[in-house]
Amino acid sequence: MKEEIKNYLRLDERFPHILCPGCGIGTIANILIRTFNELNLDKNNICLVSGIGCSSRIPGYIDCDTFHTLHGRAIPCAIGVKLARPYLKVIIIGGDGDILAIGLSHFIHAARRNIDLTVIIVNNYNYGMTGGQVSPTTPKGKFTYTTPYGNLEEEFNIYEISKSAGAIFFARSTTYHVTHLKKVLKKALTKKGFSVVEILSQCPTLYGRLNRLGDAVKMLEEFKNRTIDISLIKEPGEIPSDKIIIGILLDREREEYCEKYERLRKAINEKRD
Amino acid sequence: MRQLLSGNEATAIGAIKAGIRFFAGYPITPSTEIAEYMARELPKIGGVFIQMEDEIASINAVIGASASGMKAMTATSGPGFSLMQEGIGYACMAEIPCLIVNVQRGGPATGLPTKPSQSDVMQTRWGTHGDHPIVVFYPYNVLESFYLTVKAINTAYFLRVPVILLTDEIIAHMREAVELPEEVEIYQPKRKKKSPEEFLYYSEETIYDSEVAYFGEGYRIHISGLTHREDGFPTNKPEVIKRKLDRLKRKIEDNKEKLWDLEYQDIGAEVCLISYGISARTALEAKYIFEKEEKRALGYIRLKTIWPFPDKPLRALLKSAKKVIVVEMNQGQLINEIERAISPEIEIIGVQRYDGEIITPEEILAVI
Repeated sequence: MKEEIKNYLRLDERFPHILCPGCGIGTIANILIRTFNELNLDKNNICLVSGIGCSSRIPGYIDCDTFHTLHGRAIPCAIGVKLARPYLKVIIIGGDGDILAIGLSHFIHAARRNIDLTVIIVNNYNYGMTGGQVSPTTPKGKFTYTTPYGNLEEEFNIYEISKSAGAIFFARSTTYHVTHLKKVLKKALTKKGFSVVEILSQCPTLYGRLNRLGDAVKMLEEFKNRTIDISLIKEPGEIPSDKIIIGILLDREREEYCEKYERLRKAINEKRD
Repeated sequence: MRQLLSGNEATAIGAIKAGIRFFAGYPITPSTEIAEYMARELPKIGGVFIQMEDEIASINAVIGASASGMKAMTATSGPGFSLMQEGIGYACMAEIPCLIVNVQRGGPATGLPTKPSQSDVMQTRWGTHGDHPIVVFYPYNVLESFYLTVKAINTAYFLRVPVILLTDEIIAHMREAVELPEEVEIYQPKRKKKSPEEFLYYSEETIYDSEVAYFGEGYRIHISGLTHREDGFPTNKPEVIKRKLDRLKRKIEDNKEKLWDLEYQDIGAEVCLISYGISARTALEAKYIFEKEEKRALGYIRLKTIWPFPDKPLRALLKSAKKVIVVEMNQGQLINEIERAISPEIEIIGVQRYDGEIITPEEILAVI
């Protein structure tokens, strides 16, 4: 392992990690610290915040300030950190259940406020930590332990939620597209405002097994075959309905909250002088 | 300078004087004036006010700011306080100091938003799940709302725990002429923190009266709500789990004599009134009426510290008492705690009211 990559890891007795064989989350942690390295981020200025779930365990292995909060509450905790220490690069990492079910209201309100946070949503289509239950991103008809007859509900479109709530950046990638993933993470982490990266990740132990999707390699092949990068789409109408669009779907500018608040503080004090 | 202030205003002023620079909250009667004051004043002094989407977000933002070194608080009432319980448990477990003001209204559920009650007394003790200690102070007038707020914040940072300031709709909205000091004493930790290489967030040295590292200081700390070791990382080892929970308990046990705060008069009398908050004002009035009419003394004890429960001082104060009357605006909450603390020889009677109306002195005099 390269020294500069090791630099971002807690290499004491934290390893081996707790993830299942074939899980995509290790790949995401790997790409995340490579992104830190390529952006030359000072590990003393990063705060990784997570809630509860499989992907929420990533921060524990990374050598920076790490904040393992309650289920669903990573975003409000991160808002507290960011407002108290605006110079910190505050990154939230969580699963589809943590951020989009129990934590959804915090997600949309943080997007509305446009606070400078990057939210990485590891979408593995189910609750992994509790043993494979239905989540807001489980596709209709799919099987989990709480949808033993198939899921009746429609899944969320995280891009549409992010866009309408006010996020300034949204990208989708997968654990198959590691170079692509690094590229979009890099972009997200350099944006000033609320940025979202959805990463499709395989859960071969639960979701994959319950839906007969094969092993981790098969699931990764599925990510490869079923996705299409937005930059390759010429006519929106041409995309086959079974295709998942990856890439940067949203990239815009809006004034960031901490900067606005600082401006307000200055204006109040100038008025008083 | 004498000012005409409400209890909520005095609390907000006290909080800022004691160093609070971060407030996250959600509007709820009868606590909203505290948030409004903070929204106006905090940006003037480099602080931050943010109105969150709910009380769950509020308590968690407070925890995040406090873990990053900004003194932080929130204020709420019954329904919001219920929503904050999981966050309060997190602050207990992760040892993040903060102040939570609960201005009581009638409950359960939406209950009586504009009427007083004292029915959250047991909720402050056991509202969040799991074994945990808690510190709760309860003022009975506007001036004391100021001073107990300062004390609550200093205590939170001394012990590194969430502290609850319990008040009620009357104490919060009542206006009194008070003179507040320009400055208050702000707690400074005795022990300095070690270097990043040697520092452990949950070491024996940091149990209380100690500096800790905050996010953004280059210590690369790990804070977790999972039961953890000295370095903050999760554990399943029985001896480490027990040590952690004992540590939380010891924070209070080692310091409870300092935390206990009671006010008392005529302790030698046969009959003694015990009360707190708004009901203590009625109890005091009943005492004056009784003494004027009967020409003999009536004992009076007022609890300013509700938790940790001041069992030892109460036992000592009531050594010669024959009868105790506990006055509270609920169906009988602290009376059970008092009964456990004092001699079984002492007769104990409750004067309780929970219809949204304040207890009158006559209701107390009727049972003496």
